Amino acid sequence: MFWRMVTRALLRQRSKRLLIALTVALGVSLSTAILSVMLDVGDKVNAELKTYGANIVIRPKGVAAVDDLYGQLETPAAQAMLAEADLGKIKTIFWAFNITDFAPFLEAKVSLRPEGAAEAVPVPAVGTWIAKELALPTGEDAIAGMRSMRSWWDVQGAWIADTDADTVMVGKTLAAEQGISVGDRVNLTYSGRSINARVAGIVDSGGAEDGQVIVPLTMLQRLIDKPGAVGRVEVSALTTPDNELARRAAKDPSSLSAQDWETWYCTAYVSAISYQIEEVIEGSVAKPVRQVAESEGLILEKTQLLMLLITALSLIGTALGIANLITASVMERAPEVGLMKALGATDRSVVGLVLTEIVLVGSLGGVLGYLAGLGLAQIIGASVFGSTIAFTPIVIPIVSVLVLGVILIGSIPSIRLLLSLRPAEVLHGR
Amino acid sequence: MNLLELRGVTKSYGDVHALRDVDLCVEPGEWLSIVGPSGSGKSTMMNIVGCMDSPTAGSVVLDGVDIASMNASGLAHARRNTIGLIFQKFHLVAHLSAVENVMVAQYYHSMPDQAEALAALARVGLGERASHLPSQLSGGEQQRVCIARALINYPKLVLADEPTGNLDEANELLVLDFFRQLHADGTTLIVVTHDPEVAALGDRQIVLNHGRIVRQIDNRANARVPVALTPPGGLS
Ligand SMILES: Nc1ncnc2c1ncn2[C@@H]1O[C@H](COP(=O)(O)OP(=O)(O)OP(=O)(O)O)[C@@H](O)[C@H]1O
Ligand SMILES: [Mg+2]
Repeated sequence: MFWRMVTRALLRQRSKRLLIALTVALGVSLSTAILSVMLDVGDKVNAELKTYGANIVIRPKGVAAVDDLYGQLETPAAQAMLAEADLGKIKTIFWAFNITDFAPFLEAKVSLRPEGAAEAVPVPAVGTWIAKELALPTGEDAIAGMRSMRSWWDVQGAWIADTDADTVMVGKTLAAEQGISVGDRVNLTYSGRSINARVAGIVDSGGAEDGQVIVPLTMLQRLIDKPGAVGRVEVSALTTPDNELARRAAKDPSSLSAQDWETWYCTAYVSAISYQIEEVIEGSVAKPVRQVAESEGLILEKTQLLMLLITALSLIGTALGIANLITASVMERAPEVGLMKALGATDRSVVGLVLTEIVLVGSLGGVLGYLAGLGLAQIIGASVFGSTIAFTPIVIPIVSVLVLGVILIGSIPSIRLLLSLRPAEVLHGR
Repeated sequence: MNLLELRGVTKSYGDVHALRDVDLCVEPGEWLSIVGPSGSGKSTMMNIVGCMDSPTAGSVVLDGVDIASMNASGLAHARRNTIGLIFQKFHLVAHLSAVENVMVAQYYHSMPDQAEALAALARVGLGERASHLPSQLSGGEQQRVCIARALINYPKLVLADEPTGNLDEANELLVLDFFRQLHADGTTLIVVTHDPEVAALGDRQIVLNHGRIVRQIDNRANARVPVALTPPGGLS
């Protein structure tokens, strides 16, 4: 009988109930979309922020300090080097999946003479990976290099390839000084050895590279006769914002208690990731480039806070909206409710009946809203981040709880109304 | 023992005194008519007796229980177990069919039983109309659904507030016939009416004015001693 009463009542006042369902759907779709985006956005925002540079730099032990003091273009002859062959190991650490990209750098001052020019000029040359295909020790494949790490580079002409033996890219400023354009040939000379190369592209990076020659790593290794050597590696990683534990660990990991150490090691703090890189790459020092790493986490936190606020506001709006609608619909049904009370229904059973109806209608709205929200999330993903938003199952329970909460809060005024309804007054029309 | 006993019952709404110091006893099986001008407190009294309202002062003992000081859930309990209500406006749930309207009363009383509800409708001559919505029934038919609903749980006390006020003569006669039957079966009846002929059907009439019982007329006494007095309501 209970369900008979509920379904009969639901079939009545259909347009009003539809309105309640739609109001719930609106609020839920917004929350679903925002929550989905929020839970997935960590990666998206990080991907955006990654363009501001690497957040971990790996250098050979012993060089790190010197480099910082004297700049990075010392002749590498006397310096310790990292082994290019080791770099794949970066993708094998505990937080491997948080390493979004990395690229090695080998730098040397070489003489550059455009073909047809009389004089050679000393220029900084940088050997690096463009889009290097790596066969990882784990058996997986990965691609790393400048192509994605410096995705904002504006290259006139074409990017060089890692396997090229005689193509280079020239920075915009340098090209202008030397009158070099795409397709020209240049001679690169380093202590007697020389390579004749074609200029594949002119790079506008907005940074130091504008005055440099960019060549495939192997080509530079050959030119300066340092096969397999790498001067430093830049790593982009998704990191968790530092907290007190991370700061303590960054000072001295060995000072932590075993349990703290475990927690720290298994959290994607930039210091933990650096530590793990040092573990796998022999003779290396991995240092966080703090500012960028920290602000990434901070910006992410702020974005998420903003989204949470929007969600909360939209839910409050929904609660107010349905409070209005439900109250109106209960008022309309006052005679019916009064009658039920006159027939012996207790307050509790009347409230139960009406609440059941509302929860059913609200759940329908919730399901509709959830589906609409998934769509909305994709639209937000496509327009804001230019990518899809992953489906996050955790959103379902969160949204369910929110819907229920909003419906129940929205029902409070009408429940008070139901409780205050006196059958005598309703039935005699006072 | 009396089924219903009102002692010094007063109901005030601010300055308005709907009932003042009313004493009344109703025996089991009695048919009591309440008459009086509009605003004299008839419905107020029915609401209090029907456990839908509490008096400002005084005691109301219904079936051995004092309901004057009961809380809402106690009143709901007394209401569904002791009282059957019939209204002037029929008050059916609009989206439930005739038989479902009867079953609602069963549901809140104990257990819905469709066969029994259908039988009750058949008794009031609506066996064929059981699946119709109230909007598809005439006023008289709706009132008969109300009667079927009021009687479905075999209440000890049936309260009817102007049950024939909105009915034509034919339906009025039908309804009154049910009352006679109920009375014959031993159900206690309290009927509020403006109609002297309906009032005269009761064993006893009380006349309310300004919230007080100003006169009592015992129709049984009159019937037994027809020559002693000319009864004001007459006999039918
Ligand atoms: N809730 C209320 N608030 C204020 N005054 C009320 C309320 N209920 C009833 N009254 C007053 O109490 C008095 C008695 O009302 P009641 O409804 O009992 O009269 P009645 O005899 O049933 O009249 P009628 O024959 O018109 O139905 C009236 O003066 C009415 O205005
Ligand atoms: Mg009245």
